[in-house]
Amino acid sequence: MQLFKPLLLLLLLYSGLVAASPLAELAHADPADRAGLITQWTVQADGPRRQAVAALEEGRLFSSTDGNHVLLQGADGKLSDVDSGQPVAGDAASLDALPVNNSVRSALEAFHAASDLADPERSKRLSAIQALQDSANPGLLPLLLARQPQEPDAQVKQALLVASARLQLASPDATQRLSAIHTLADSADPATQTLLAPLADSASESDARVRAAAAQALLDLKNSQWRYNMLGYAFSGISLGSVLLLAALGLAITYGLLGVINMAHGEMLMIGAYASYVVQNLFRSWWPGAFDAYLLAALPVAFIVTFVIGMALERLIIRHLYGRPLETLLATWGISLMLIQAVRMLFGAQNVEVANPSWLSGGWVITPALTLPYNRLAIIAFVAGVLLLTWLVLNKTRLGLFVRAVTQNRRMADSVGVPTGKVDMLAFGLGSGIAGLGGVALSQIGNVGPELGQGYIVDSFMVVVLGGVGQLAGTVTGAMGLGIVNKILEPSLGAVLGKILILGFIILFIQKRPQGLFALKGRVLD
Amino acid sequence: MTQRNIHTNHQGNLMASTRRMFLKSAPLVLAAAGLVSMPAFAADTIKVGVLHSLSGTMAISETSLKDMALFAIDQINAKGGVLGKKLEPVVVDPASNWPLFAEKARQLLSKDKVAVTFGCWTSVSRKSVLPVYEELNGLLFYPVQYEGEEMSPNVFYTGAAPNQQAIPAVEYLMSKEGGSAKRFFLLGTDYVYPRTTNKILRAFLHSKGVKDEDIQEMYTPFGHSDYQTIVGNIKKFAAGGKTAVISTINGDSNVPFYKELGNQGLKATDVPVVAFSVGEEELKGIDAKPLVGHLAAWNYFMSVKNPVNSKWIADYRAWAKKKGLANADKLVTNDPMEATYVGINMWAEAVKKAGTTDVAAVTKAMAGIKFAAPSGFTLEMDPKNHHLHKPVMIGEIQSNGQFSVVWKTKTPIRAQPWSPFIPGNDKKPDTPVKSK
Repeated sequence: MQLFKPLLLLLLLYSGLVAASPLAELAHADPADRAGLITQWTVQADGPRRQAVAALEEGRLFSSTDGNHVLLQGADGKLSDVDSGQPVAGDAASLDALPVNNSVRSALEAFHAASDLADPERSKRLSAIQALQDSANPGLLPLLLARQPQEPDAQVKQALLVASARLQLASPDATQRLSAIHTLADSADPATQTLLAPLADSASESDARVRAAAAQALLDLKNSQWRYNMLGYAFSGISLGSVLLLAALGLAITYGLLGVINMAHGEMLMIGAYASYVVQNLFRSWWPGAFDAYLLAALPVAFIVTFVIGMALERLIIRHLYGRPLETLLATWGISLMLIQAVRMLFGAQNVEVANPSWLSGGWVITPALTLPYNRLAIIAFVAGVLLLTWLVLNKTRLGLFVRAVTQNRRMADSVGVPTGKVDMLAFGLGSGIAGLGGVALSQIGNVGPELGQGYIVDSFMVVVLGGVGQLAGTVTGAMGLGIVNKILEPSLGAVLGKILILGFIILFIQKRPQGLFALKGRVLD
Repeated sequence: MTQRNIHTNHQGNLMASTRRMFLKSAPLVLAAAGLVSMPAFAADTIKVGVLHSLSGTMAISETSLKDMALFAIDQINAKGGVLGKKLEPVVVDPASNWPLFAEKARQLLSKDKVAVTFGCWTSVSRKSVLPVYEELNGLLFYPVQYEGEEMSPNVFYTGAAPNQQAIPAVEYLMSKEGGSAKRFFLLGTDYVYPRTTNKILRAFLHSKGVKDEDIQEMYTPFGHSDYQTIVGNIKKFAAGGKTAVISTINGDSNVPFYKELGNQGLKATDVPVVAFSVGEEELKGIDAKPLVGHLAAWNYFMSVKNPVNSKWIADYRAWAKKKGLANADKLVTNDPMEATYVGINMWAEAVKKAGTTDVAAVTKAMAGIKFAAPSGFTLEMDPKNHHLHKPVMIGEIQSNGQFSVVWKTKTPIRAQPWSPFIPGNDKKPDTPVKSK
């Protein structure tokens, strides 16, 4: 601001002397033309123009109450008329600033990008090229071409080539158009197709060589696009599958291994999500510096809380109901209602805000058409981890051995000295704890509210029933299968019809194969 | 029951015979009361119904409308009430349950005998209470933007019709200022309001020369949370030319939708999303930073600068503080709250003008009533079609969850509840008719 003062004074003097100073020109431009004016200035930016653009961008230009004048707010907060430079009485707080809308904002981006092209920072140069490419301003071509020989980085240079090739497509010189098409042929940006289409059309392109090259390039683009599309579907299918798996994994233990129809399973997810909300708030008020790490701290908290609640439920209620599925169903449903209401009373009926830590925001840009969001990638990795741990616990520990023994033959296990009651309790706790972990992950992609679990309970049962009761492999296959099929159907049928179709498919499948995809084989399985 | 009472008292004493007399004349008295407007007999207050969901899925949006109604009523009472009487609010909770809306409406009209009701948010709740108001000749003020296609003599619509919100928003997107969009992705929740609105918009876009291949329509169920493929689709669709998304997604699905948009790197400068059901209240719980530049179309924004608005917000917050509402200093206002406030004040004005709370008389007095609204405009109730003349504003989301107005109409515009873009509507009368 200190630096600004003398410049501003100069500017005011300047605007007083010359009739249409850049500031006045920008201020009085029709709102629809303002973006165009800034774009025009991008290649001829000078001091006063930069000042004018900065004033607009910082919201220091206001329209007067009668709407006939534009006022500039100086560094000292005082207002002055942009035309006369005369001070004007008034309070900026009660005036409307000139709007900075999307088109102005993207023009501003390109405006700054032009000077960022030579920035020492590589990432800044890349985003500058992107911004210039988006603005599709033919006037920028000399700027891009001039930069090319100076660019040291190969990837940035390639981006420069592509950006200038896009502008050269409109060149009157056929050889230039031809070379531009060759440059763009292996770009993965879907927008290129739209740019090339008119060049392959004899109505808009006179040169036959250019038409042939464009047609070939379009074909190549279509093929590569198809591959990326498939990759995109596979990714979103796996991502949805991993969310389903996360929700269903705990249920695979409580329902699959213990045979308890646990309607309160969804509420364990919900409690896990609320645990991350509480941990987030603690971090926010006590360790704001370490805020990005709150999610890692939330994991053990969520696990322990739901583990304890699960064990308490098993000891107090569910163990009295073993072998009575209908009563278990009703009792656990009642518990789920009580848990929902308890959370409502504690945290309120409205959804609570759980923020993504910065390392989970944004995505990994593979091509302009395909971005893999970090939160989805993290969930896939997280599911793999949880799955591995669960498998280790069930197959490599003494508890796991006992759980499997109890599952296969409770009486026999009991008579050889397995403490079945304790095993039941721990297994139920483990199932709930895993659901709690799932809740932490779900808090990163959806809403956190008291009814969060209700949305997942049906899907979870679907996965477990489809996969086959009592098998982790079945649960994984079921979840991934449902996720991928869902995402393949969704684009063509829509989300509503896709879901109906999948439900119908599962009903038919269960008719044919009631034991699910994978079934436990054993003599004493009843 | 009455019959038998009379019978048993037939040969009774004086007591019984007076009772018989009363019972006989009761219908007559009631009829008379009906003619001379009921509340004239009621003691010293005029009862006013408030019918908003205070629990369930819609509580998020509707609770603030209840608070606003109570604030407006207190304000009117502080100035001495209406016709020398205080207004007495009767608040009921229909719990986001559409059939319960009809039950509660019947209770308000027959048991509490309210002179007027302010209520409803979703179109489905309005459709549910409409037959009750028409049957019992009640009066309902509906404060939310909606799809039109309705004009009941028993309802005053203080929210926007499609031509006061949806169509200007699309026109803005097509203008040079709004980014000259050529392709449109219509995304909504699967129920009556989005489907009807999109039907109107599609016809409107056709009339502007937009072809079917440049329009894509997609619906998701209530509470949908996985927007990966949809955002992917939007991206692919946008590769074909400048695209805008028109979102009629309702409720908390908006959070995962906007999150996915941000994570997949779809910026407002590339593909702007204009929403018709996202306002200040809905943005309260969302981190608005990734949403900067996305748009909403309403008839009022909290950020509008004028003395009426600042006084209104300050008064409302002061009232909330006195009432002990949570976070009273940070309460936001939004378009439906403004519409509620305008509706109550216009009704009070109309009652004063008519000198009675009788529905027919008040309805007549409502025509052409004016009110200086917080939007900075003097709004007028149309003399014929029961809808408000409203200004249209387009706002872009700011990082603090407020909107900055980037475009607005110079004057309020008249509502067209029967959209000319739906075939057959040109034959519909421009005056309210009971729906039967």
